Amino acid sequence: MAEYIIETTKGKWEVVVGLEIHCQIISKSKIFSSASTEFGDDPNVNVSFVDAGMPGMLPTLNKECVHQAVKTGLGLNAKINKYSEFSRKNYFYADMPTDYQITQFRYPIVGEGEIFVDLSDGSTKKIGIERMHIEQDAGKSIHDLNPTKSYIDLNRAGVGLMEIVTKPDFRSPEEAGAFLRKLRSILRYLGTCDGNMDEGSMRCDVNVSVRPVGSDELRTRCEMKNVNSVKFVMQAIESEAKRHIEVYENGGTIEQETRQFDPTTGQSKVMRKKEFAHDYRYFPEPDLPPLVLTDEYIEAVKAEMIELPDAKKQRFIETMGLTPYDAMVLCENKENAEFFEKAAAGHDAKKVANWMMSDFFAMLNKKRLDITQSPVSAENLGRLVELISTEVISGKIAKDVFEIMSETGENPEKIVEEKGLKQVTDTGAIETIIDTVIASNPDNVTAYKNGKTNLAGWFVGQVIKMSQGKANPAIVNKLVREKLDK
Amino acid sequence: MAIDNLTVKRIAFLSRLKIEDEKIEATKEEFNKILNWIEELNEIDTNSVEPLISVNDATLRMREDVVTSGNCLKDILKNAPSAEYDYFAVPKVVE
Amino acid sequence: MTEITTFSVAETLKALKNKEFSAVELTKAYLHNMENGRQYNAYITECADVALKQAEEADKRYINGTNRALEGIPLGIKDLFCTKDIRTTAASHILDNFVPPYESTVTQHLLDDGAVFLGKLNLDEFAMGGSNETSYFGPVINPWSKDKPLVPGGSSGGSAAAVAAHLCAAATGTDTGGSIREPAAFCGITGIKPTYGRCSRYGIVAFASSLDQAGPIAQDVRDCAILLKSMAGFDEKDSTSCNITVPDYESFLNREVKGLTIGLPKEYRPEGLNPEVAAYWDKAAEYLKARGANIKEISLPHTKYALATYYVLAPAEASSNLARYDGIRYGFRADGQHLDDLYINTRTQGFGAEVRRRIMIGTYVLSAGYYDAYFLKAQKMRRLIHNDFMNAFKECDVILTPTSPITAFPIGDESMLQNPINMYLNDVFTVSVNLAGLPALSLPIGLSATGLPYGMQLIGKPFDEGTLFNVAAKIETDAKFERK
Ligand SMILES: [Mg+2]
Ligand SMILES: [Zn+2]
Repeated sequence: MAEYIIETTKGKWEVVVGLEIHCQIISKSKIFSSASTEFGDDPNVNVSFVDAGMPGMLPTLNKECVHQAVKTGLGLNAKINKYSEFSRKNYFYADMPTDYQITQFRYPIVGEGEIFVDLSDGSTKKIGIERMHIEQDAGKSIHDLNPTKSYIDLNRAGVGLMEIVTKPDFRSPEEAGAFLRKLRSILRYLGTCDGNMDEGSMRCDVNVSVRPVGSDELRTRCEMKNVNSVKFVMQAIESEAKRHIEVYENGGTIEQETRQFDPTTGQSKVMRKKEFAHDYRYFPEPDLPPLVLTDEYIEAVKAEMIELPDAKKQRFIETMGLTPYDAMVLCENKENAEFFEKAAAGHDAKKVANWMMSDFFAMLNKKRLDITQSPVSAENLGRLVELISTEVISGKIAKDVFEIMSETGENPEKIVEEKGLKQVTDTGAIETIIDTVIASNPDNVTAYKNGKTNLAGWFVGQVIKMSQGKANPAIVNKLVREKLDK
Repeated sequence: MAIDNLTVKRIAFLSRLKIEDEKIEATKEEFNKILNWIEELNEIDTNSVEPLISVNDATLRMREDVVTSGNCLKDILKNAPSAEYDYFAVPKVVE
Repeated sequence: MTEITTFSVAETLKALKNKEFSAVELTKAYLHNMENGRQYNAYITECADVALKQAEEADKRYINGTNRALEGIPLGIKDLFCTKDIRTTAASHILDNFVPPYESTVTQHLLDDGAVFLGKLNLDEFAMGGSNETSYFGPVINPWSKDKPLVPGGSSGGSAAAVAAHLCAAATGTDTGGSIREPAAFCGITGIKPTYGRCSRYGIVAFASSLDQAGPIAQDVRDCAILLKSMAGFDEKDSTSCNITVPDYESFLNREVKGLTIGLPKEYRPEGLNPEVAAYWDKAAEYLKARGANIKEISLPHTKYALATYYVLAPAEASSNLARYDGIRYGFRADGQHLDDLYINTRTQGFGAEVRRRIMIGTYVLSAGYYDAYFLKAQKMRRLIHNDFMNAFKECDVILTPTSPITAFPIGDESMLQNPINMYLNDVFTVSVNLAGLPALSLPIGLSATGLPYGMQLIGKPFDEGTLFNVAAKIETDAKFERK
């Protein structure tokens, strides 16, 4: 792919980026308590005595959170660790009721993995996954209800999280953006996290450093916490890289620090410097024995795995004749891919893909509908493409038919039938129209015969118009020339 | 490994405890006495010993994913030193 | 003191069944003793109203024949067990207004068996201490005190004193490094710390999670067997609770010790061991030998390192377990302009000196750069100590040792107060057991020349509390210790 190099008057720089992504696990109850994970309820309602860190309360592990984590690990092509361990990460914070977080430290449930991202120039790049562990989320502080107080809501405290840590493999904002979209796509396919960055169910920390092009050193990195959209992640990398370069080129040094990216200014500002950094005092959680998974368990989860976007994309390219780009777009979202497959069944898959990528998505966009709410069913879209392929209607008529379908949801065959939109391929009928047109335009006939042969197109247009668009253009074209040349 | 006054202050802060300045010296002495005593453990070579984390070498049991607790707002807030609008209230937190 | 409050639990149950007195009469008698025994400072919270209501219910059940295993037995509960709607303080200022909205599993078991709760018993603050002097509510006084007030031992000092002074029929305790056995020994009564995982820790204010276990403190071995049967059992809410059937412990009391091998660890007989202690130890071994048991010297080579190991691991876990007492959700709160000030002021004022000391030691041994040298090292030592016992149990069925090298000492003892290590050394015979997760029982063996009780400790294989009851019952019979 096109390299992302920041060139200044003094030199050329490249960025080195790694991501840490917190993904909320989809489960009914919390990871270490049996309170509900529902959001949007009144404050402190979905809170058990365990979540509130009451004296003597003990964690118990939710089976489903482990299941979801193993599924996700398999989706990241990662090693599932049969032995993992929970640890306490100790720090005081109002949102953290026990003042420690139960997380995994030395032995995470998921080890190294990799995923492939698709870049705009059509290339793909492998991004390494360092590890993934499971842990509990914190509660939320509300700062804007009272000028001198913060309010604590523990509804979110204890919801399960998967923390995915990548290797520092990104060399451009685009790669990071493509990764996040791919990750979100995988999580949604698996149903393990809903991936909504704006709602905070997927939260990204971005580690950025820069180095001169050609060097392989790793310079001091800065971490930007909780950047909450793909776009902002890309902006944050760009602006942070520029900041580093400016500092270095002016003879300064970058200090390791935690920063916060502000999308309104496009800049990051420091949250805390390393010397005041926490000392988390991790140690094995004595309330939870080690988590041991059996081979049988891991095999059983493997057996439930569904086809993920990369495999689906490959299949769409190889067996359905799609271009890599079309296949990528259609596979990013599981619902789109499923809709496509249903629509394409028994029809011209490439034509179906074209229709989805153009008129169909445009219609959903205009109507602000989700694909699951589409008025045009997958079967009907397939039928419409079939009507075109078998020359029952022309592409132009098809657009009108689609228009009607998107209003009424009707079967295109029925629309074509009722409105009499079938294409005319009967040469006798077409010849009659051509004869009428020739007869009523003698001047143009003469001009044609005198060498203005491009008037043939005009005659074709007149004939199709007179047929109300139903005459098959190829046949009209052929017959018009035959008659004019006679 | 003797600890110094700065370490005493750092440990106190990590523990969210205050030691009056005039007591730092005495606290340091006391800590060093205890730590010295603990260092008798270094008499034993443990390089090839696995740490013991859990005495009953049981592995972790897992719970079914069902909601059986929560919805006890009153009980959650009952002991709170300060609660407003069904939230716990604390002095304004500024990052 | 009325005579009925001197009955053991077993005798009381029999009398209640025979309607010799009612549960209400019995409870009133204990409440009367509590009133007259306030000088011991054994209770932090008395709950006469609750107790009388429970006793009335018990009497109904005796009448209609639905009486349960502990119906009407008046118990004292160590104030580390959360009791629903009854204040639970852990003997700390930081929790002195805390009223749990839930019941600990162990106390729930007791309630389900019909027990009556007289109140919450004093202890060392957060169970950290060996003399009950760290309680925010003041020290407990050992009923064996003569001219000067003596400590009852700790941390379950209120429990031991209350049982010895008949301020309850029996009590619950918890034991992290000897907190049931040492006070039982100092107060001339019996207590058992079961195998780690035998009793649920759910609802017990945590001190050191990997070491804490609940157990009964009672007048004799049989009462401990009766109470442990009720307190123990698998609990899904505690991931370290073991799903192993709880046997009928009373049935072990009638078994013989003939053929059993009793191990005497040579490391527990260091140069300079108090000769009185050594003599009682030998005597206990002789009782068993006379009954046909084999006495065998064994070795627990890493014994010397158990205390230092314990004083790394227990404070480390405690520093984390006690972080939650931050003044936000429950308990005492001091003012603070910023959140960190609030935390610091709350915790500095809310915790006593020993608790603060242990939190800081624990924080230190876990902190960056020191984890491997202290915490990891101690976890490895714990493995060696655990292995010592596993090897020893290849050669013997039960290990017999003294419970403590000393008898109860005066409250405010200079040497103990000036150097915390001196206080820590009193746990020398008890902490290894917690590190290895084993069951151990302490029972009185005899009096010192100055008239204070000594205890003997029996250590068993994991989940073999039954054999401890078996052997203890024989020593008890032969020692003929006269309880207070
Ligand atoms: Mg907190
Ligand atoms: Zn995390």
